[in-house]
Amino acid sequence: MEAEAPLRRGWVEPALRAEFPGLALVLAEVAAGAGRSPRGVKERLRHLSDVTHGARALAQRREPIASAYRIFFRQIGIDPENFRPPGEAAMLERMRAGRFKSRNTLDDALTVAVVETGVAVRGFDAARIEGDLGVRVSQPGEKLGGDGLELPDGTIVIADERHAVALIFGDTAPERGVSPETARTLLCAVQVGGVPDISVEEALWICSDILTSS
Amino acid sequence: MPELAQSHIREGGQDRTSLLRRDVDEAAARRSLREQIAHLERQLSALFTSAHPRRGLEWQVRAPGGPRLLGMGELEALRDDLAARVEDARRTLRDRAYVETRNRERIEEMMVEPERFKWVRISNDDIGEPGCKHWHARPRLGLIGMLMGWWRVKISSGCP
Repeated sequence: MEAEAPLRRGWVEPALRAEFPGLALVLAEVAAGAGRSPRGVKERLRHLSDVTHGARALAQRREPIASAYRIFFRQIGIDPENFRPPGEAAMLERMRAGRFKSRNTLDDALTVAVVETGVAVRGFDAARIEGDLGVRVSQPGEKLGGDGLELPDGTIVIADERHAVALIFGDTAPERGVSPETARTLLCAVQVGGVPDISVEEALWICSDILTSS
Repeated sequence: MPELAQSHIREGGQDRTSLLRRDVDEAAARRSLREQIAHLERQLSALFTSAHPRRGLEWQVRAPGGPRLLGMGELEALRDDLAARVEDARRTLRDRAYVETRNRERIEEMMVEPERFKWVRISNDDIGEPGCKHWHARPRLGLIGMLMGWWRVKISSGCP
């Protein structure tokens, strides 16, 4: 098993930093892609399914981290009742499906991280990211990934040094996500005001631990 | 007094309003609006949690669409819509709480004098509780009990 992946901070456009002082992108790169989840990860998901119930799902939005994401969603123009923050989405999926379904190591790692810490983590194919990742506002006429969906002016995106690679919460540009060919995964957690550093670090360590030990 | 204030500002031969730091004012206003939105969202979440298991309440708030930086007007509209939703949810919950209290009192009265509440049926839903339990004022022994005035409250055993 690899040592804990070192964490680093992505850049944040000054205008966004001024608007949302707590906004940060925390990154960790691990030498692993997505594969079939081993038995231990599946058991961990099963255990999480057992300890997660309706009452927790109902009260989740009052928990500090889930509440921080909801508030941020509101402040950037998203109704969290329509487009659920990742923690709530995972919990609703658990209620709907009756359990947390195992898909692959990356998806399972992200699920474990978001359920245990409440922090939203996502993965990118590190080989397809140019330079460091950061958060900025899109330019007029800019397209997701350079040739994908045209972004409305002022959209908040996660970007590398050349292109917007994903919406801050939502779609990822084609070919920037993790695929079966991915050798290194760039994990990325969006931290907003009210989410403590320790929870973000824990979420990333959970993901890197699951990915590297699988 | 607006004329007087304006003349004071123009003293000295220059329009001093141009010296106001509009960017700083706007940043402060935006920060204040964001804080108000956060406060209202927390209130709405608290109401959502306390409303359980009541159904039929509206929780959606019109969103301007994102993820993006919202303009001042959009932030204000969002704040107003959230405030209206919080107020609406509070009022609805208050009204329901009143009806639920009355229904609880009615159950107590039914238990004491079931013949006064012939065929009345009150469910957990009517008193804001989860589950399918209900209280039903019905005659003992069917038609005979109805003719003889032998009424009782039958309490269901729960969900089928």
